[in-house]
Amino acid sequence: MTDQAYNFAYLDEQTKRMIRRAILKGLAIPGYQVPFASREMPMPYGWGTGGVQVSAAVLTPDDTFKVIDQGADDTTNAVSIRTFFERTAGVATTTATADASVIQTRHRIPEDQLSEEQILVYQVPIPEPLRFLEPRESETRKMHSLEEYGLMHVKLYEDISCHGHIATSYAYPVRVEGRYVMDPSPIPKFDNPKMADMAAIQLFGAGREQRIYALPPYTKVVSLDFEDHPFEASKADHPCGMCGAEDSYLDELIVDDTGGRMFVCSDTDYCEARQAAGHKGKDAA
Amino acid sequence: MTPLLSVKGITKRYGAHIGCADVSFDLYPGEVMGIVGESGSGKSTLLNCMAGHLVPDAGQVVFDTRVAGPTDTVTMSEPERRMLSRTDWAFVHQHARDGLRMGVSAGGNVGERLMAVGERHYGDIRGKAADWLERVEIDAGRIDDRPTTFSGGMQQRLQIARNLVTGPRLVFMDEPTGGLDVSVQARLLDLVRGLVRDMGLSAIIVTHDLAVVRLLADRLMVMKSGHVIEAGLTDQVLDDPQHAYSQLLVSSVLQV
Amino acid sequence: MIDLKNVSKTFTLHNQGSAVIEVLNNVSFSVAAGECVALTGNSGAGKSTLMRMIYGNYLTQAGEIRIGGVDLVQAEPRDVIALRREVLGYVSQFLRVVPRVSTLDVVAEPLRVVGESAQDAQARAETLLEQLNIPQRLWSLSPTTFSGGEQQRVNIARGFAHTYPAMLLDEPTASLDATNREVVLSLIEEAKARGAAIIGIFHDEAARARVCDREIDVRTFTPGMVA
Repeated sequence: MTDQAYNFAYLDEQTKRMIRRAILKGLAIPGYQVPFASREMPMPYGWGTGGVQVSAAVLTPDDTFKVIDQGADDTTNAVSIRTFFERTAGVATTTATADASVIQTRHRIPEDQLSEEQILVYQVPIPEPLRFLEPRESETRKMHSLEEYGLMHVKLYEDISCHGHIATSYAYPVRVEGRYVMDPSPIPKFDNPKMADMAAIQLFGAGREQRIYALPPYTKVVSLDFEDHPFEASKADHPCGMCGAEDSYLDELIVDDTGGRMFVCSDTDYCEARQAAGHKGKDAA
Repeated sequence: MTPLLSVKGITKRYGAHIGCADVSFDLYPGEVMGIVGESGSGKSTLLNCMAGHLVPDAGQVVFDTRVAGPTDTVTMSEPERRMLSRTDWAFVHQHARDGLRMGVSAGGNVGERLMAVGERHYGDIRGKAADWLERVEIDAGRIDDRPTTFSGGMQQRLQIARNLVTGPRLVFMDEPTGGLDVSVQARLLDLVRGLVRDMGLSAIIVTHDLAVVRLLADRLMVMKSGHVIEAGLTDQVLDDPQHAYSQLLVSSVLQV
Repeated sequence: MIDLKNVSKTFTLHNQGSAVIEVLNNVSFSVAAGECVALTGNSGAGKSTLMRMIYGNYLTQAGEIRIGGVDLVQAEPRDVIALRREVLGYVSQFLRVVPRVSTLDVVAEPLRVVGESAQDAQARAETLLEQLNIPQRLWSLSPTTFSGGEQQRVNIARGFAHTYPAMLLDEPTASLDATNREVVLSLIEEAKARGAAIIGIFHDEAARARVCDREIDVRTFTPGMVA
């Protein structure tokens, strides 16, 4: 049931219109960070206020909404955002990736391939990929506008010189359509290839930083690398302990105080669907 | 012969105050020019106008570009100018920390310009960085150390390596030996002199140290209150200054 | 090779009551290729000043100083630099070098700047240093720490490294022992023989008599100091 005191999806129509304009601009210039007037939301910064505002702007009463946090549908953050839109928009919610029309995510891309009917909304803590090397916003904006991205490779160079390989394992920078370098939010680099040529619309919202950027369907997204140190989408070298999947991104769980551990799919919906279909891992009960 | 750099009537005001006024000169390939004058004489303003860090109120800075020949860099587009400053130009700051990334290793500092012009082979970039560290007399074994662990003289040499790795044709230097011990200065000056000769560099060096220009510069400009009051061969200006202020400047230097 | 026509020089000391000192007036003379001319006159007559003017080190107010066809008085700095690099050598009394450059490199430098290979330049430098009796163990050291006589010889070696068509020598034999003096004099004779035009200041009268073809008394050009 809807909390009638709120407008549909919490934000007023003017604000949603402003955010939609930013989203459209972002879609028109893939990878470009569009500034927007981020609103105060009834949750703290860092809890997905950017993603929530983007979701609020794109949701319609007919949508089915799914929220994942590090792949899981049942963490506090995911549950609270899902409940938020159940109450303020009255939309249907689901945990099944295939059933959702709008998926808000923190730090993962679902394992199942998304379709043209779907929108993936990322929560972004820091939208500026150049930030840690060049703290001046005025300068990074200029670097984006002039395509001066040598600095991005300096970061990867430092990785290799320090660790012998590119050690950046999440928020791994990408080049969009050969133009803008973009921070894909802190998704594991395992997920990077999924962004490329994705059928669904991908929207990125950074609430505290007041930036929105986007990837329209079927956009070219290339992870930065060196010729002699090519990009690798890495994951833990194990099958899932619950469903036995060999192709999914895994979380490592410590199960006792004697060093026992197991690896399970970080995408809970994917794992449960596989188990329901009869797949079994070595740690399954 | 076409001048590498042709400065015409450069003027920069800060409100009613004159930064530099109507400065013109030609710099030819392989020439090193010194600009001396006391603090506030306008020499740094002039240098920054030439290097594209400041926009002059009037005048032209015509650089003989590889692609299009002599081109006014004041009116060229910003991307073009920034490209020049990554390829054909170099700028050595007085304080190494203004010209280095202190949070990035020595190798990363040297490699940045290479990556900025599109080099994407880690092994090559690292090889060139190591080579340049040796050329500026920094042990290549320190390639992964951050400049914060370097002495002042080493930081300054690292800054030079970082600037010269892309083989620029014109180097702007702002008090390159300022703040260094005398013994370290000598080493740096000798290094710069050797590089200028071996790479056929042209350079413009702003300093208030007359000994530096005597050793490095072929030509000298003396500035006062934003104006060039005397210019000529370095040793001629220093040994037989004509203008009252130049005479004062030269005679004020303590003899060791 | 070297032609001076109506050359005059005054110093204006702006910071000492704008005192104007007339040093030389109406100097005219020529030095042909293969000729060595001595400048004479007592101290203060303006010998060194004239020498420095011919090198372009002092600014000449009036007249013409032509060396190999280039008028130094009117020339652009870069033309003067090219002239000094290729044509006009100068052995001053003082050695002015960057403190840590090795003696060998100091001597080889004039050859390097005219484009000789590092090997050839070094070979020539070694020959000269040997001739001038600079012990080999000093070659890799900076000459700034050498004794006055050693510095003077390094300076001479540097001055004679490149075969300049015109040379200016300021007291080349001062503070040298008999052996080294002989070496320097023979270097001058060699230079003359290959056709260099030389202007020198020699207090050493015997040396002057041996290498110089003529003498020019600078006092004749000095206002208020008629010989």
